[in-house]
Amino acid sequence: MKARRVWAVARKEFLHILRDPRSLGMGIAIPVLLLVIYGYALTMDVDEVPLVVWDQSETPESREFVSGFAASRYFTWQGHVRNYAEIERAIDSRQAMAALVIPADFAARLAAGRNAPAQMIVDGSDSNTATIALGYADAVVETYSQAVTMAQIRRIQGRTPDPPLDFRPRVWFNPELQSRHYIVPGLIAVMMMMIAALLTSLTVAREWERGTMEQLISTPVKGPELILGKLLPYLAVGILDTVIAVVMGRFIFAVPLRGSIPLLFAVATVFLIGGLSLGILVSTVTRNQLMASQLAALLTLLPSVLLSGFVFEIRSMPAPIQMITYLIPARYFLNVLRGIYLKGVGLETLAGETLLLVLFSGMMVILAMRRFRKKLV
Amino acid sequence: MRERLWHMLVKEFIQALRNPRMRALIFVTPVIQLFLFGYAVTTDVQNIALAVYDQDHSVASRELTSRFVRSGYFDLVESVAEPGRVQELLDRGEARAVLQFHRGFQETLQAGRTAELQLLLDGTISNTAGIVLNYSSRIVNQYSQELLDQRMHRLLGTPPRTAKVELAARAWFNEALESRNFFVPGVIAMIVTLTSLMLTSMAVVREKEIGTMEQILVTPIRPVELILGKTIPFALISYADVIGITIIGVLWFAVPVRGNLLLLLFATGLFLLTTLGLGLLISTVSQTQQQAMMGAFFLYLPALLLSGFIFPIANMPEVFQWLTLLNPLRYFLEIIRGIFLKGIGASILWPQMAALSILGVATLGLASRRFRKTLE
Repeated sequence: MKARRVWAVARKEFLHILRDPRSLGMGIAIPVLLLVIYGYALTMDVDEVPLVVWDQSETPESREFVSGFAASRYFTWQGHVRNYAEIERAIDSRQAMAALVIPADFAARLAAGRNAPAQMIVDGSDSNTATIALGYADAVVETYSQAVTMAQIRRIQGRTPDPPLDFRPRVWFNPELQSRHYIVPGLIAVMMMMIAALLTSLTVAREWERGTMEQLISTPVKGPELILGKLLPYLAVGILDTVIAVVMGRFIFAVPLRGSIPLLFAVATVFLIGGLSLGILVSTVTRNQLMASQLAALLTLLPSVLLSGFVFEIRSMPAPIQMITYLIPARYFLNVLRGIYLKGVGLETLAGETLLLVLFSGMMVILAMRRFRKKLV
Repeated sequence: MRERLWHMLVKEFIQALRNPRMRALIFVTPVIQLFLFGYAVTTDVQNIALAVYDQDHSVASRELTSRFVRSGYFDLVESVAEPGRVQELLDRGEARAVLQFHRGFQETLQAGRTAELQLLLDGTISNTAGIVLNYSSRIVNQYSQELLDQRMHRLLGTPPRTAKVELAARAWFNEALESRNFFVPGVIAMIVTLTSLMLTSMAVVREKEIGTMEQILVTPIRPVELILGKTIPFALISYADVIGITIIGVLWFAVPVRGNLLLLLFATGLFLLTTLGLGLLISTVSQTQQQAMMGAFFLYLPALLLSGFIFPIANMPEVFQWLTLLNPLRYFLEIIRGIFLKGIGASILWPQMAALSILGVATLGLASRRFRKTLE
């Protein structure tokens, strides 16, 4: 392998990129656009669940119970309703996501020391929001129930009892539970995978399709040199993307970056080399741009969004799917990024993931070089 | 006209389906994707890795720990012996939550005073952390309530008649709160969008790039016929994909279909108008397939994110909520989820369908105007 020939191919490819400013522009604009959308528009945080109340009891007790909901920052009170039909209308028109129904004998039962049922209806079509809303409702109800019991004890004992347990949850790494803090580092991982394969998946197929491959074959350049030369300019674009993403995350979205920045870029470079080589591999295998683009999208786009743990928890998936996620390199890169960003941990903790990424990239480079044949057939 | 269009269609079909690998890509991969993602997409939180750092070693601490495990949400991964290990577990992500009992936990409880109990939580993934927080406060609250009842029992000498509020929860449209029911229809919409958008956007540019466009231009074919010839095959292919993966979604994933499937097919047609129109539009502004592919991604990713597929539209800032009104995928998702889960019909879904028709006519109209200009 001669550095001079690698360099020549790299220069040619680099000119190619510069001559097509629109593709280059989109290669940079897509990450920026995604960051803006994710950073500003998207949140999985559930608060202010719109709630309607059907209070058939209309007593001080029931009103106090309802006020527990209204006072919680998780619900916003959307008014009273009078029957199930109105609840249905409110939920169908998405005016409310949840409805609380209090039966007529609510206060009477509590006064008699019996359990009082209440009903919570949620719109289950968005199951995530519904689950979270139900959890909040349970918490409000239990607080109220405990207050009722405590009042009973006070009446008997004559003094306020100590509550038995003082539960102190402490949230590490992301104390305000801001979804932006985990989405931005995750997004960098997902984006790099997509962009990398997008950038290179057409490069070799294009030469075949246009017929310029024959010219390349007639030159003394060797296969591995050609692949390496094609890789380098796109690596530069990918690193530029990473820099932009890190800077935007830090200064626009104020996501804390607690770990080492050099480590971040080192791992990102390794990961990019793997992703870009995967693109080249796809390109050499298909020799056809339409097919290469479909295959690259198939291999990178949806798997890295859905199977990397980016939004969907891997531990909640069925076991066979969990096995498959081990094959998704974005999964490891994502762990590394979240570790560096939020936990501030270094190589001593992330060694396993980093090693796997090195392995992945090494394998991809070797595969891309070996699969490429300087032959016409 | 009909004859020329026919030839064009035959040519396009041959071109698209000639290559066996391409055939596999078009027809087999959507199915694989559905299987994979149908199982993967779940926001249900379970099997949370829990570690316990129990300095009390008492009946009470063990009882509460076992309640966490029995709740079904937590997997006990480790009983921690020394404090340094807690940090390590959370740093490595081997445990998501650590339950911590201080020495004297049981003693304090028995004395009728307030015992402190700590839960350390990995907040990295804030959504999960919030749910875990909910689960654990519920478990702790329940235990606390029982302790209070016992205390009452001791005071009164008889079992207490506790007055509690019992919340009966009911989730409409999705009783078991299966997130799979919510996401599988979305996955169907996503796969179809990707295939139809990318196939159309690259197909026309390909002729430009290879130089065969000039050959087509010297034939007597008219612009309308060329446009139809380029879009109809992909519309049919996308239709086949939709039908195939819908059948699998229903039969395999047992996603309920409460509405009318014919209506779904009709709405799919409206939706395909917009994706084909957008694909055509991309191909008129692109010179190379690379540009077309980038362009397709440039449209697809925001459309995916701003559709309500994963992230609820109601939670977005107002500006972005307005933007989603231009997103055909948003309407298609509402329709497809409405038909699958809510069983609602055209009487409720007509605004979404109208929006899709308008967007479809607009994009297709714009695309064919630009397309003709490039041809002439």
